[in-house]
Amino acid sequence: MNARAGRHMWVAQRVTAMFLGVAVLVHLVTIMVAVRGGLSAAEILGRTHGATAWFAFYAAFALAAGLHGAIGLRNIAMEWLGWRGRGFDMAWLGIGVVTALFGIRAAWGLYAS
Amino acid sequence: MGTLKVRVWRGDAAGGEFREYAVPARENQTVLDVVTQIQREQEPDLAYRFACRVGMCGSCAMEVNGRARWTCRTHVKRVAAPGEALDIKPLANLPVIRDLATDMAPFFDKWARAGGTFQPKDAPDGAVPAEFSVVPPESKQRREADAGIECIGCGVCYASCDIVAWNPDYLGPAAMNRAWTLVNDVRDGARRERLEAVSGDAGCHSCHSTQSCTERCPKNLDPSSAIAGLKRTLFWDSLWGRLR
Ligand code: SF4
Ligand code: SF4
Ligand code: FES
Repeated sequence: MNARAGRHMWVAQRVTAMFLGVAVLVHLVTIMVAVRGGLSAAEILGRTHGATAWFAFYAAFALAAGLHGAIGLRNIAMEWLGWRGRGFDMAWLGIGVVTALFGIRAAWGLYAS
Repeated sequence: MGTLKVRVWRGDAAGGEFREYAVPARENQTVLDVVTQIQREQEPDLAYRFACRVGMCGSCAMEVNGRARWTCRTHVKRVAAPGEALDIKPLANLPVIRDLATDMAPFFDKWARAGGTFQPKDAPDGAVPAEFSVVPPESKQRREADAGIECIGCGVCYASCDIVAWNPDYLGPAAMNRAWTLVNDVRDGARRERLEAVSGDAGCHSCHSTQSCTERCPKNLDPSSAIAGLKRTLFWDSLWGRLR
């Protein structure tokens, strides 16, 4: 792993952390506001269906969470297990993207259904 | 006069063990005095290193009762209660040559790798510039550079850092403390190369900011903050595209 890629991952992890900090807050406030007075599944779907801004927000949320988590796990694995090198980095990148895709698929389900 | 029980690690790169010695206990004695007594009076072949005896040269560091310290400025009574034994080992995280003497080459090689050499801006060949630079003592950069400049290269911080133990490539606190003083040196022309050299997994981005280095540095320097400064600088330089 060269120094530049290591630095970029660090920057990516910090930037995703900043975004996640705000996103988690938005997410929680949204839930609290939406749920006031009770809410059914049908109502939720009614609101999320076709809401492009919400879809974009949750897709970005999932992407940030996936990358942030994978980079963190990569660092732990490097230090504790000695898993270093390009192969491992690619594997972690893959894990990050797959995790993100699960989240994006869920958001897509709410958007398109 | 009582005696002081001392366990000294004897051996070489292949391995070794503690051996016990009894040294006359004095009211005022440093750990280095104790080691010297053993070598002069008991074991002429005991290998250890020192030069200045006054905390300037950085060559006498060893691990004393579980902590890396400069031995010439460490009084026995500060590390061992009356009647307690002294355990003296070579510095951790460095190859042992023999007994208490470690090979400092990896430590200084990393200074070089971290860009520890001053590169005059107006004299790229390393010559002394014809004109003096004016650096206001109160400027922020001057104060940052001043904060780290008194490093004596003793390796105490390096021996106290877990990341060095986990990742043999990690540059370590002293090398990056040096790099940070030069990043803040307005006369220096190698800022970019140096920042690239200290970034990534072998550099500042692996530091956990646990501050053992800062706590143990006998000169009261703060390598941990220096590394945080490097991270901050690299973060903004990366975001604004000042570094690729
Ligand atoms: S602050 Fe960083 S360099 Fe200092 S001991 Fe901790 S991990 Fe090592
Ligand atoms: S920073 Fe402090 S502990 Fe580390 S080498 Fe320099 S003087 Fe020694
Ligand atoms: S002998 Fe020089 S610093 Fe201890």
